[in-house]
Amino acid sequence: MSWLLPAVVAVPVLGAGFTVVAGRRLLVQRVIAVSGVGFVLVAAIALLISADSGSAQVTQVGGWAAPAGVTLVADRFAGIVLTVSAAMLFAVLIYAMAQLGRDALDWWFHTKYLVLTAGVALSLVTGDLFNLFVGFEIMLIASYVLLTVKTGPDEVRATMSYVVINLVASALFLLVIAFVYTTTGTLNLADLSVKMAEVDPAVRSGLSMLTLVVFGIKAALFPLFMWLPDSYPTAPTPVTAIFAGLLTKVGVFVIIRTQTLLFSQDEPSTLLLFVAGATMTVGVLGAIAQNDVKRILSFHIVSQIGYMIMGLGFLSVAGLAAAILYITHHIVVKTGLFLVGGLVEAEHGTGALDRIGGLLHRRPVLAAMFLPLALSLAGIPPFSGFVAKLALIQEGLALDRGMIVAVSLAVSLLTLFSMTKIWGGVFWGEQSKAEAKAAPGMVAATVLVVGLSLAVAVLAGPIADLAARAAGDIVDPSIYARLVLGVQP
Amino acid sequence: MSLITLAVAAILFAVGTYLILQRMLSRVIIGLGLISHGANLLIMLAGTGPATPPVVTGEIAPTVADPLPQAMVLTAIVITFGITAFLLALALRSYLLTGTDAVEDDIEDRRIGRLDRADEEPEVAA
Repeated sequence: MSWLLPAVVAVPVLGAGFTVVAGRRLLVQRVIAVSGVGFVLVAAIALLISADSGSAQVTQVGGWAAPAGVTLVADRFAGIVLTVSAAMLFAVLIYAMAQLGRDALDWWFHTKYLVLTAGVALSLVTGDLFNLFVGFEIMLIASYVLLTVKTGPDEVRATMSYVVINLVASALFLLVIAFVYTTTGTLNLADLSVKMAEVDPAVRSGLSMLTLVVFGIKAALFPLFMWLPDSYPTAPTPVTAIFAGLLTKVGVFVIIRTQTLLFSQDEPSTLLLFVAGATMTVGVLGAIAQNDVKRILSFHIVSQIGYMIMGLGFLSVAGLAAAILYITHHIVVKTGLFLVGGLVEAEHGTGALDRIGGLLHRRPVLAAMFLPLALSLAGIPPFSGFVAKLALIQEGLALDRGMIVAVSLAVSLLTLFSMTKIWGGVFWGEQSKAEAKAAPGMVAATVLVVGLSLAVAVLAGPIADLAARAAGDIVDPSIYARLVLGVQP
Repeated sequence: MSLITLAVAAILFAVGTYLILQRMLSRVIIGLGLISHGANLLIMLAGTGPATPPVVTGEIAPTVADPLPQAMVLTAIVITFGITAFLLALALRSYLLTGTDAVEDDIEDRRIGRLDRADEEPEVAA
């Protein structure tokens, strides 16, 4: 079983190599890409089941024991996020394959996509700080190249700011690594969780803040989010959808991982709650000002990140469980919304609200797919967003954090408002002329994602239980340390 | 010795930060290079400093250098090198497309900025 852990990274990387060898044989490339991403999905499910049944998989790469070698870990938290991510990677791959040839997705799309898959998988399962840096860079390099599929002036300008911001964040990440290694002499996360307890609290809170800044940039937290709505909307839809669904959430995953594992003694929770509230508010206000489907949705990514950080800010089992539940729901819903937005764009050549309208009558399928996703994003029952928001708000009230609860409810209302703006612009109003019809494969992939989102709502009970068990694991760092280092503390 | 290295790293960060804040892409790229050099220097400082090479041949020397920071710096240099090459290609593309080295504002941002000014103008007139 534990061979699955290196395999979720190695198989997509090998697949990427094979797609290069396959050259311009499209069918071969497609078979390799589908089987590569499909393998990651199956392996992620197997790892999650294994972790949930009490035997979380741990691999010491190269056979070097824990603090010396690189460790790969799939506990419940990593398993959940990896499974949802892999499912979305799979659905978006199908969507992209149906779109290939229609949009300017080039021959090497499959190669880049597989590298992106490997980077996401490595960032989620690694148990080593430097290896995390490598995982992030693999993911980001693939994302840089994916953003420049088209090389018009807009794409080049957007990618430029994206690359520069991320490169600054990477340099700061190296700084964190240097400081952590100087203070503790180790980079293994499990080993660090033990040794961080002995570090001077002042030094530790400095490291904690620097880590928060680094991953705050990657996760688009207030006030470090400006790059996101600027760069995401210019890419082709499948690329934007997978970026929106996954990349920032990997950042949130790492923030939760590092804050609970390394800096759990300090409890910077008031600061985190402030950041969470500001992220929600600024994101949603930005969304209201926009007039393009993809740009509205991009600002909502920022807004929604705030809810996940709110769960972390509570630093309790129930709060973290709500955050995990929120990540699960959000990855699916956000990817789905972008895919629907992409369908509209594919048929009309634009996503500008004032140039399209009346789709409710001509394309009721699109409306039927958009509605549950939009209501879910706003947190209207009985959709998946409601379950996650309810868990957050219950915990906020239980901990007597009325302020953040009030902010989050107000932001939900504003989210609903901007969703009605898309609804009114795209689905109501005067009928606009469609230039083309979206390929059936694109619609099928979107239906798949909408179905998954509904499944999250239907299976909310079991998923919430699973999230609670995962939160129980991460709230106590010694569980992770025991898992990796053996019997120690 | 390490104090000098530390000072050099600090200067690299300061100069790099200044360059990144410029509008010219070429300066931004040079700034990024300097900042990553600074970070790499700091990782080197995290090691033990000069000592016996960490190659075990028979008996183990009492003071061996820590090989880990060097391995990390090597990886970081390779990654930064690759991304800098990509950035340079992008900067060239941007120059060929726009004929200038400066970074432009986002189109939508400019549009919304104009909307904002359009809202204010009647008030000014009144």
